[in-house]
Amino acid sequence: MNIILYLSNFMIPLVFVYIIGFGLLSKVNVFDVFVKGVMDGFKVVLNIMPTLIGLMVAVGILRASGALDFLTMVLTPITNLVKFPSELVPIALMRTVSSSAATGLVLDLFKTYGPDSTIGRMVSVMMGCTETIFYTLSVYFLAVNIKKTRYTITGALLANIAGIIFSVFITYRLFG
Amino acid sequence: MLNYLWAYMIIFGIIIGAINGNMPEVTQTAIDSSKEAVQLCITLVGVISLWTGLMKIAEESGLIKSLTEKMKPILRFLFPNIPDNHPSKKYIATNMIANILGLGWAATPPGLKAMEKLQEINPHKEVASKEMCTFLIINISSVQLLPINIIAYRSQYQSANPAEIIGPAILATIVSTCVGVIFAKVMMKRSRV
Repeated sequence: MNIILYLSNFMIPLVFVYIIGFGLLSKVNVFDVFVKGVMDGFKVVLNIMPTLIGLMVAVGILRASGALDFLTMVLTPITNLVKFPSELVPIALMRTVSSSAATGLVLDLFKTYGPDSTIGRMVSVMMGCTETIFYTLSVYFLAVNIKKTRYTITGALLANIAGIIFSVFITYRLFG
Repeated sequence: MLNYLWAYMIIFGIIIGAINGNMPEVTQTAIDSSKEAVQLCITLVGVISLWTGLMKIAEESGLIKSLTEKMKPILRFLFPNIPDNHPSKKYIATNMIANILGLGWAATPPGLKAMEKLQEINPHKEVASKEMCTFLIINISSVQLLPINIIAYRSQYQSANPAEIIGPAILATIVSTCVGVIFAKVMMKRSRV
């Protein structure tokens, strides 16, 4: 496990060295090309910004109004039936719309229960195998003006639910 | 879809807020969230630009091409209807590689490029093509192998072993991605367009 931690610290710098080294070896003007590429990044963010503002405001309103707590309350009896910890419900819901909001809730749990508690481990595994469905969908589909998303949401939801269920199962299994 | 979702999120939130008497908080949060979104974008400009810059180097040096070459069998299985040399495949491969490495922020630019290229071969411009659906389902099912952010947060909160969740997280990712792929494959077979 220490090796994995050690490796993950090296991951991003290694990617840098690999890409730049490969560029040098292929006789690319690495800095000129890099600067040109940076311009593309500006355009990408400029395209995303309006969507992001719209969605973050909507999520903010949902959270501040107490609607999210209300949803958790409604869902708790169901989740209790299947031994799904109700502390994870708001995160599972939040996770579908906003990564940063979900992260905020995760850090909250770490603070309350500790990252090495069952809940803490469960939520860590869960965050590693799920994605922000609605955020990703809106950014990707809006970028090319798609109005009808067909079965994408169903598929994404199914995959995420499978991941969440498995996270709970494997955490109980491995860490008791 | 998003039209309604977005509208209902706001309307539902405001109605609940009114019932709970949280109107001042709702107002404040709405304004704060828009500010927060812009701040997030400013951070994103730095991180994403850094990556698009590096990706440009990887592109010009032929690195992406060689990685894409290695991913061809997988892409051929997932997207049987896209011709092998179509540019969308290059971007899909790049997006997946970034996701696998846990570089979530770095996956978006090539992902958007992939969507653009897929849109060029989409017969109905307002309806998502099967390839777009498959691509996004896999993307959202999270193919991440190194959840770097979570490891960082865990160590920040004094975990005895922040990396211990990597193994189970990889297993969970495999499960969610498999479910996504199977669903996408079934739907691809069932729908005609």
